[in-house]
Amino acid sequence: MRQDRPYSNIPGTYVLDPQHSMQGYELNMFCMSLNKPKNRDKFRLDEAAYLDDFPLTKEQRKAVLSRDWLGLLQLGGNIYYTFKLAIFDRRNMQYVGGAMSGVSEQEFTDMMIAGGRPVEGNLYTSEEK
Amino acid sequence: MANLFAGVGTSHVPGIGAAVDHDKTQLPYWKPLFDGYGPAREWMEREKPDVVIIVYNDHASAFSLELIPTFAMGVAAEFQPADEGYGPRQVPVVEGHPELAWHICESLIMDEFDMTIANKMPVDHGLTVPLSIMCGQPEAWPCKVIPLAVNVIQYPQPRGSRCFALGKAIRAAVDSFDEDLKVAVWGTGGMSHQLQGERAGFVNEPFDTAFLNDLTADKERLINIGHTEYMREAGSEGAELVMWLIMLGALDKDAKEVYRHYHVPASSTAAGLIILENS
Ligand SMILES: [Fe+2]
Repeated sequence: MRQDRPYSNIPGTYVLDPQHSMQGYELNMFCMSLNKPKNRDKFRLDEAAYLDDFPLTKEQRKAVLSRDWLGLLQLGGNIYYTFKLAIFDRRNMQYVGGAMSGVSEQEFTDMMIAGGRPVEGNLYTSEEK
Repeated sequence: MANLFAGVGTSHVPGIGAAVDHDKTQLPYWKPLFDGYGPAREWMEREKPDVVIIVYNDHASAFSLELIPTFAMGVAAEFQPADEGYGPRQVPVVEGHPELAWHICESLIMDEFDMTIANKMPVDHGLTVPLSIMCGQPEAWPCKVIPLAVNVIQYPQPRGSRCFALGKAIRAAVDSFDEDLKVAVWGTGGMSHQLQGERAGFVNEPFDTAFLNDLTADKERLINIGHTEYMREAGSEGAELVMWLIMLGALDKDAKEVYRHYHVPASSTAAGLIILENS
């Protein structure tokens, strides 16, 4: 069980705190490995075989292979790490932002141009619609 | 003696660097942002600092969860642009200032700030994008750079009050360096943004405006913003703003705002820039 923290009631937010970091260490370090061109080539060649070198949970492995961007966070990933997988896919932050919040890249981009996700309704889980 | 004369606060969004690198700064999406950078570049060209201490955070480039230094200062003669997954940015190598950097590290540690000292530290967009914002695309960067990497990714990041105190200690160190150098400190990151989760894209312009105002009007309030308040009000990645407080701590108490620019969006972030000068 996750401890209750003062920030636990911020909606839609996965804080890389000690528990999250323990849960996601191997997953995040897999993502980190994609900083190296040699590793990117290897991963491109056979994603599943490449993942064998990392002790991921079944769920984490599945989330990587299926590019479940929100699931990756829920399984211990941190966006600065999981975004390396998006870079590998040549996806941008608006695509991933959209995927995590259930809209298309274009809708997400339009929301940003219109000033971003509004403050109202997004500060506390209790005020979510 | 070395003279710490000014501070700059600026966002360091990777997309801003990409817009520079791929010649997109005049496209309608980017033009309003870059128009606002014009006066900051003129200021930079006019003032010509010899050394800039750039406070930034590493985004899983030089460091990872393997090793998480809270404050790491680069003392090397040069720092290579990091490969963040696209191949390294095609920007000039960053030249350091080993003598001043070592002097600052020594002074900070004697002052009880237990710094991590880095001789090899590839620098990512957190450091090179502010250089692009302030200097454009020169053949070589016009100043020496001392990188100061702050952990703001793994919770808990250092508190604002600690960052401010570190800034003060950096100031004392620079003041006691026995060479005529013009030194600036840049605090980078922010402003409000959240890259992750269902709340991705969160922006809080009133928070950002108040933050920019209070860099001169109410430092005490800024120094005391806690982790949860940053995450809630400025977005989970908005907590990067503590790095601006290191810059603020290094300035005179009555440093004056000389320029400000704010624009939404730069990619998924609210971009801000401020220049503060000692009198
Ligand atoms: Fe950052």
